[in-house]
Amino acid sequence: MAKLNIEIGALQLANPVMTASGTFGYGTEYQDFIDLSKLGAAIVKGTTIKPREGNPYPRMAETPSGMLNAVGLQNKGAEYFVRNIYPTVRTLGCPAIVNVSGSTIEDYIAAAEIIDTLHDIPAIELNISCPNVKQGGMAFGVKPESAEAVVSAVRKVYHKTLIVKLSPNVTDITEIARAAEHAGADAVSLITTLLGMAIDAETRKPVLSTVTGGLSGPAVKPIALRMVWQTAKAVNIPIIGIGGICSATDAIEFLLAGATAVEIGTANFIDPSVTMKVIDGINDYLDRHGFKSVTDIIGGLIS
Amino acid sequence: MGKYQLDLVVRSVRTISSDTFLLELTMPGTGARLPEVQPGQFAEFLVRGSETTFLRRPISIHDVDYQNNAIYFLIRKAGAGTAKMSELKTGDTINVILPLGNGFDYATTMPKHPLLVGGGVGVAPLLLLGKAMKSAGIRPEFLFGGRGKDNLLRIDEYGKSGKVHVTTEDGSCGQKGFVTDHTVLKEESFDCIYSCGPTPMMKAVASYASEKGIPCQVSLEHKMACGIGACLCCVEDTKDGNVCVCKEGPVFNTEKLLWQN
Repeated sequence: MAKLNIEIGALQLANPVMTASGTFGYGTEYQDFIDLSKLGAAIVKGTTIKPREGNPYPRMAETPSGMLNAVGLQNKGAEYFVRNIYPTVRTLGCPAIVNVSGSTIEDYIAAAEIIDTLHDIPAIELNISCPNVKQGGMAFGVKPESAEAVVSAVRKVYHKTLIVKLSPNVTDITEIARAAEHAGADAVSLITTLLGMAIDAETRKPVLSTVTGGLSGPAVKPIALRMVWQTAKAVNIPIIGIGGICSATDAIEFLLAGATAVEIGTANFIDPSVTMKVIDGINDYLDRHGFKSVTDIIGGLIS
Repeated sequence: MGKYQLDLVVRSVRTISSDTFLLELTMPGTGARLPEVQPGQFAEFLVRGSETTFLRRPISIHDVDYQNNAIYFLIRKAGAGTAKMSELKTGDTINVILPLGNGFDYATTMPKHPLLVGGGVGVAPLLLLGKAMKSAGIRPEFLFGGRGKDNLLRIDEYGKSGKVHVTTEDGSCGQKGFVTDHTVLKEESFDCIYSCGPTPMMKAVASYASEKGIPCQVSLEHKMACGIGACLCCVEDTKDGNVCVCKEGPVFNTEKLLWQN
């Protein structure tokens, strides 16, 4: 039995397997299928300062080895979260991390300040892929300057572990990762979904109400793996690998590429108990290869 | 009510029409009993061996026989995933998550003489509903519509729970026209309507029910990913905002929906 525990900033996790925001609800949706207390952490649904209805249906399209979504951050807002969801989320049995999104820097600050007061939320994951409504809708996360601005602003008001989630829809993800590190992020998680599109040839219409949406699932794994490997060489803070992880082998590949931990997203829809299988499989791999701790394989790629 | 992820065993696969089949599943091993399910609930099937099928396929529960530990699904081959499922053989296993969603309500309102309106393969959940109603002392009748005779599925089975009325668009069976044209709607008086089928049909049924002041429940079919209310992909815009069809539905009271707009 190898040691599976890892550290990210001040976070001490029992194992490196977390759930990706937006794919795991608030955790309780999965309690009939898995023992939530066995997760490294649960990253729960994206929260914004004000409630959001999200985009109109249809907001999902199945694609080869993956899916597109355009949910649009549907959530009931930070105050509702504190009143109605936090009391449950704090009792999941594993650390619960809140994903925070916003349309302006002020929105991010306000939401982060509220979550900062919640004793049993040890970290936030900042989604900087949202459009900045004050700057023509360009996403915060696509330029190092705007990424640094929003991360710095949140860092000033948020006192616990700050994870910054990076978009792959950029020319050079390592520049954005460096900007986040420079602005005080404790870790970066990558990748969010890749911008994609689906068309129904029969009706000659887009499948999604928003025309474009975010691609996830095994289809994106090679891209995510490459970006984690590149980012690991560019920053000194821990990396959380995300993108199409469906098995322990997938997770181990991300660890070898330089990730300290992983998030499992879309695979939860196919197998609601996949996270447990990944944790057990990582343990088996470490035993089989004679590693005493999961930290022994982080960045262990032989090239 | 708990949800289960189970490897169910195929007991039989039976052709019902040119594009539909009846899948009978049972629990693996000996002694394990099927979980209790409600009429209108559904299951999510993991389809193996279809290159273009990535997500699970949501299929409504057609019938359940607890004595024989059997659960039935009436499935239309609508695409590659369901076509692959039609190739299952006796003894195969298939991974299923069930029971999901909220079913039809009859137990709290106890209608005396409800009408169950189905179109195409949308009739599937109405079999279990009709049986459950009959057992509860309710007297349901069925009204089914299809393009032609081939689209009317397992009529005799439904007939065991109540009178079946039929319309076809081509007039090959029953009265010619749509379900809302059937004379039974003028001849009989129903105190509740339950419907499942194509959206235009359900909207017409809901509109008829609303005109007559009859309570109406419909079962919606939206594209789904998780099936358990986690991903928020299968939403329907309602008077309460966007809600998940998989978790808050698939059955809704039509007064909750924004269909009249």
